[in-house]
Amino acid sequence: MDDLYREAILDHYRYPRRKGHLPEPDIHYHDTNPFCGDEITIELKIQDGVVVDAAFDGRGCAISQASASMMMEEIVGKSVEELKHWGKEEILEMLGIEVGPVRIKCALLPLKVLKAGLYGLTDWPE
Amino acid sequence: MALQTPRTDTALHDETQVTPDRLAELRAQFPILQRRVHGRSLVYLDNAATTQKPRAVIQTLDRYYREYNANVHRGVHTLSEEATAAYEEARQRVARFIHAPSPRQVIFTRNATEAINLVAYSWGAAHLGPEDEVLITEMEHHSNIVPWQILQERLGFTLRYVPMTDQGTLDLERLDELLTERTRLFAFVHVSNVVGTVNPVERLIAAARQVGARVLVDASQSVPHMPVDVQALDPDFLVFSGHKMCGPTGIGVLYGRRELLEAMDPFLGGGDMIREVTLQGSRWNELPYKFEAGTPAIAQAIGLGAAVDFLAQVGMDWIWQHEHTLTRYAYERLAEIEGLRILGPGPEQRGGLVAFTLEGIHPHDVAAILDREGIAVRAGHHCAQPIHDRYGIAASARASFYLYNTLEEVDRLVEGLEKVIQTFAL
Ligand SMILES: Cc1ncc(COP(=O)(O)O)c(C=O)c1O
Repeated sequence: MDDLYREAILDHYRYPRRKGHLPEPDIHYHDTNPFCGDEITIELKIQDGVVVDAAFDGRGCAISQASASMMMEEIVGKSVEELKHWGKEEILEMLGIEVGPVRIKCALLPLKVLKAGLYGLTDWPE
Repeated sequence: MALQTPRTDTALHDETQVTPDRLAELRAQFPILQRRVHGRSLVYLDNAATTQKPRAVIQTLDRYYREYNANVHRGVHTLSEEATAAYEEARQRVARFIHAPSPRQVIFTRNATEAINLVAYSWGAAHLGPEDEVLITEMEHHSNIVPWQILQERLGFTLRYVPMTDQGTLDLERLDELLTERTRLFAFVHVSNVVGTVNPVERLIAAARQVGARVLVDASQSVPHMPVDVQALDPDFLVFSGHKMCGPTGIGVLYGRRELLEAMDPFLGGGDMIREVTLQGSRWNELPYKFEAGTPAIAQAIGLGAAVDFLAQVGMDWIWQHEHTLTRYAYERLAEIEGLRILGPGPEQRGGLVAFTLEGIHPHDVAAILDREGIAVRAGHHCAQPIHDRYGIAASARASFYLYNTLEEVDRLVEGLEKVIQTFAL
């Protein structure tokens, strides 16, 4: 019925993948979206410039939490170099929905946290 | 007329006034209510954020720009004289609406936020020092917290808060201990924009008077919804925003006690607020112009004048009763929904809004799905984070009513919420 809440989004929200913590993460980063109080923590294990393990924790709306869960699945096996070039487009493609100007921050919060963790970029992704 | 503390007994409520005809007639005066959103007729329940505008206000703005747009207090030409007369007439209408003794005590600002900042900087900066205390409450909108926090950094006074009970009312038992001879100002919200609580404003003012503290009332959610008489209440300052009461954005009001306003220094410097400027210095203009530096929001002020006339015609008692009917019904229906938690007191102690959380579903998701049903509610912390912290939640959803809302719209809200729950059902 509702494209914003298509089944895949709800599924990731209900059954988040890779939710939890890693024993000894190489990268650990946390941030919030002050607009809605969404919170995301991301932990990564990196070997030879490649993400070999990833986990997230957090709370918030279905869009931000599903975005985090889907992103976790996507990034394992990808190189840090490649992830540095990820932006809004990759996330929207992954979510497969249209997101308006207000909720886009929910969708992009996990990527923002990922990029801040990877190389200290704290601006919102373009 | 004295301030009518909300009459909540239905015996006084003249049911014949809230007829469907009357309501349909009122709704017809708000063009936007004809709109459809996502294919459904709009159900606008975000009135605590801003209200819709009746044709009378829209036409007043239109006429001003078409027929007599000019700067005020500056020209001797016809247009300027007409604009000046209309601007000052609007001030008189607002003064009448809140029963101010004189229109000079009605200062036009951009909004309630600017009015509070005006008091903080013009009155606070001159009266607050390291020995002093300012008392606010845990229930405030950020606009009545942040200006005091900023000023506190500079002046070193102590900022204290009246705590909130679990029911979402002010903990009045703590009042005696919190109001001391050091308290210079007690600034509090009349009706909360989150928990909806109608605070006992007379009692709070009386308590402040006993220790000689000045009083600022944030009337942003009361003046639009109930009769408020500043002479009966007699606060030192009272603020509200035009856009929350059928008026345009960009216009708000500071009402102040005359001696205080006269003794205060200006807030902003510039044109219109001075009597005489020489290179050696300036002399301030008289009230209210001393506080209205620069070209004011002329159209918006005139629009607010039209808005208060509209409200007075509808009748503030009627509006209050009508919203109470809606709120009581909404409260009962929402309370039946499993997993729904209403923030704040029961319907008899609240104004026309209900904020709530749904277990396991983020308020933004609630609002987004309701939006697909054509229903506009607010989700977030509503610029009142401390209240949400108090309840240990990050955000809530809020339905807030105004004179044009109907019981059927409350039903639409409940249906919408059922849809939200279905969508998220595990
Ligand atoms: C209780 C209360 N105080 C102050 C304000 C601030 O109003 P404005 O943003 O128009 O200055 C609001 C509006 O959200 C409010 O609800």
